[in-house]
Amino acid sequence: MFDKMMLCDEGFENVVENGETTGFALLARLPYYRGLGLSMVEDIALTIDGEQIRREDVRFSVRGRSWTLDEMETVYDDRWNFGEKAKVTVLRAGGLAQGGHEVEIAVRMRVSYLPFVPTTKTRRELQLAA
Amino acid sequence: MSSDIKRGVSLYSFQHETFQGKMSLEDCFRTCAEMGALGIEIIGEQTFWGWPEASVDEARIEEWHALIKKYGATAVSHDFMLDYKRYKGRPMPFEEQVASVKKDIDFGARLGMKYIRALVSIAPEVLVAAAPHAEEKNIKILIEVHAPLHFDHPWIIRHAEAFDKSGSNALGFLPDMGMFLFKFPPVWKERFIRNGVPRNIADYIGKAYEDRVLSEYVILNVREMGGEGPALGMAETLRHNAAFEPKRMLDYMHRIHNVHGKFYQMDEDLVEPSIPYDEIVRVLKQGGYKGYICSEYEGNRWIEDAHEVDSVEQVRRQQEMLRGLLGEPNPAALAA
Repeated sequence: MFDKMMLCDEGFENVVENGETTGFALLARLPYYRGLGLSMVEDIALTIDGEQIRREDVRFSVRGRSWTLDEMETVYDDRWNFGEKAKVTVLRAGGLAQGGHEVEIAVRMRVSYLPFVPTTKTRRELQLAA
Repeated sequence: MSSDIKRGVSLYSFQHETFQGKMSLEDCFRTCAEMGALGIEIIGEQTFWGWPEASVDEARIEEWHALIKKYGATAVSHDFMLDYKRYKGRPMPFEEQVASVKKDIDFGARLGMKYIRALVSIAPEVLVAAAPHAEEKNIKILIEVHAPLHFDHPWIIRHAEAFDKSGSNALGFLPDMGMFLFKFPPVWKERFIRNGVPRNIADYIGKAYEDRVLSEYVILNVREMGGEGPALGMAETLRHNAAFEPKRMLDYMHRIHNVHGKFYQMDEDLVEPSIPYDEIVRVLKQGGYKGYICSEYEGNRWIEDAHEVDSVEQVRRQQEMLRGLLGEPNPAALAA
């Protein structure tokens, strides 16, 4: 559910630190009718213009706190809330070129009551904010 | 004749709108009040950010109480989840599960709830261990009997036996009406067709469901018809859904305190084409049920790929249907 609403149109931009472009970021929502404790977010897989992003290059941030995906596996005191826009950052020197990029996101969740581990994904072109 | 059964809404029904921030908590309350559905059920963590791992904003809880008062509503149920798979590779230990349920009992009490909803996968021993705390807080823990489970399933019978043995009145059931799926929902069928199921296979599965053919046979037949991927997925839904009998609730009426009015679509003529609400209400009246039927709209996920979702209109239609089935006077007729 909410597949198409996982990716937000706004917030897709390069990350600039001390004048240097260190990566890019986008805003994403959990495709679920509730939130989830971060330890149960098993993976956030991104593909940009057909290129798979390495798991270790992804950072996840909500409300000013930030983690790697491996760190999130043992975070028991914070959540990706229902409908909350999380900032997903990819470390990548130089970031992305201006213009449109084909973005795919796949979120794998460990849901206690389900007899399987669901992955929900969506894909569309996002315009990098100038 | 009017009945003692009351109408409510689970705010789960408006998830499509609340997810996007298109309906505030007050919008939800006002919408329900306008429909005369004054029982409010929530999934705690959907309505209250932070719950259960982090803290909940006190102002938000104050807002909840203010809205209950303003709209003359009743706080019916806090549906909790209990994430016993919180730790990767190992289940949550028993004592920690019990402690977690106690926390949800406290949260339900803070919200003024009568009930908290336990998911059907939770073990009876956990609920029995939490029952004394629930009694203290004047809360009942209701396990949701939800398809593919049903009142004759050994897992549910085990719960019933454990509840009886405990001697506690704080343990009970919350049946989800989706287990009485008499017809294959048209919105499911159309979605599967959009996902690539050939129409002849989709027609066959819908017909086989109405003929009550065993799911395993249907899956094999679909395979032999050349069905793959989405066609097998559609056939597999028959393993998780069935037309159980509403009258099976009668044996458990003394422990049934809330009802999920699950529905997938309400047509303009106020009929849910797949769930027999006339029979359901007849059985609930026969059993002397006096609690709420809380609307639980779950059609959004089946149509959102192709249609505009209008949860409010869908819930409004179901509430109209329930109003009629419960024998409540029609306000429009009174005004005329």
